[in-house]
Amino acid sequence: MEALFTVNNVWMMICTALVFFMHLGFSFLEAGLTRQKNTVNILFKNFFVITAGLLLYALAGFNLMYPGFEEGAIGFFKFAGWGIAPPEGGMTAAYADGGYTWWTDFLFQGMFAATAATIVSGAVAERIKLEAFMLFAVLYVGLVYPIVGSWQWGGGFLSSWGFYDFAGSTLVHSVGGWAALVVIYFLGARIGKFSADGKSNPIFGHNIPIAAAGVLILWLGWFGFNGGSVLSADPEATSLVLVTTSLAAAAGGVVASIFSHILYKNYDITMFMNGVLGGLVAITAGADQMSTGEAMIVGSIGGIVVVLAIALLEKLKLDDPVGAIAVHLFAGMWGTLAVGIFGAMAGFDQFMIQLAGVGIVGAFCVLSTLILVLLVKALVGLRVSKEEEINGLDDAEHGMAAYADFSVSKK
Amino acid sequence: MKKIEALIRKAQYEDVKNKLHEVGVTFFSYWDVTGIGNEKFGRVYRGVSYSTSAIDRRMLSIVVNEDFVEPAVQAIIEAGGTGNIGDGKIFILPVEEAYRIRTGEKGGDTLN
Repeated sequence: MEALFTVNNVWMMICTALVFFMHLGFSFLEAGLTRQKNTVNILFKNFFVITAGLLLYALAGFNLMYPGFEEGAIGFFKFAGWGIAPPEGGMTAAYADGGYTWWTDFLFQGMFAATAATIVSGAVAERIKLEAFMLFAVLYVGLVYPIVGSWQWGGGFLSSWGFYDFAGSTLVHSVGGWAALVVIYFLGARIGKFSADGKSNPIFGHNIPIAAAGVLILWLGWFGFNGGSVLSADPEATSLVLVTTSLAAAAGGVVASIFSHILYKNYDITMFMNGVLGGLVAITAGADQMSTGEAMIVGSIGGIVVVLAIALLEKLKLDDPVGAIAVHLFAGMWGTLAVGIFGAMAGFDQFMIQLAGVGIVGAFCVLSTLILVLLVKALVGLRVSKEEEINGLDDAEHGMAAYADFSVSKK
Repeated sequence: MKKIEALIRKAQYEDVKNKLHEVGVTFFSYWDVTGIGNEKFGRVYRGVSYSTSAIDRRMLSIVVNEDFVEPAVQAIIEAGGTGNIGDGKIFILPVEEAYRIRTGEKGGDTLN
């Protein structure tokens, strides 16, 4: 039993490290799909999110997300106090059915927490004021993310209803996606993205190899994100989850690349990459519930959802440079609903519960983002000046260049 | 002395260079330029279609004595042409004087 406890805990710590690694994946993806002049800024935001996010989680987030709701409580909000301190028996197999220690629990969940704000970082890239982003990220990761998380993973009302979100299609990805959507609505599109006559213009990512590395790192990280969400090293569950996760990623990528070729007559690597991520986000809610075939279907539809959502946002004149909203919000919603359509839990009642969960979380995130955006706008303003945006945020906000003395040949 | 400025397709550059060598033009400068012209490409990036009018070409700058002008121009036309729109242009400009920095001598001999 002691040996099993140790093995479980080692697996969970490996998964923690893999989820940490995803922050490099996000950084690479966001830097690669945006322009050279904003690279330092993107990296600064990503560093801020993982560092401040972890500190906030230690300060209050963990105790907001896992407050230990009393029997019979509504399960909407509870705060178990400041700071982190292991409870009695937190380092023994008695804690969490021998799956992991309390320290591992904290760090694994802490690595998740920052993800929600990282999703926002990509969507608002290239025009948001650094201070506005940092202020928003602190409030969102510090308050909104753990409160929503407590409803399900903390044993709150969504979990009592029977809502199912294995590793966070809704609780992590959609929570970030909703915030991204509301913030870019208030922020407006980048200069040059839409012409005065309403025409959409492309703004090219400056480093496709880095973006590609980012996506593959994210896929690797997902082994920890989903694999660790088994909450032990259970041989069957963890290996199944790794298989469903990978099959969904593969199917999402292949289908998105073919689908975007059918629509646009172009083999677009960035659509391929977003499709892989769409498959990953989609399978996240039901990774332990799906057969291999179902995982491929869920991932494939995730890939199509991403391509269509990118087109929809363009139509609505919402500027998301990296496709974060299409991937995390739209594929996240799809994946959550898919638990009621495919897999071991499928059924009409389950579907309705999934739908209710998606709706309630969406409403809460939109409303809280709305309040936070207006607050941040009033305090520091949202957007850099036109001149700062055109010169690049690296120059305006940081006074430095990402590739100071480096140039590449065009062709 | 004349200066020949030629805008050519990058894909034809190696052929043009070899042909110029054949007719005795052994040194010149070149650089990559971007221009606007009649050629347009339809492209798609992340589902957004656009057409680019920015055209990549290579600019050659060749200073020669009078008797090399015609052979050099013919070499560029022969090796640089594909028959399609966008093959480029050649301009001939007068050059008032040429100096060789190493020795300080001037005149047409400095081009040999």
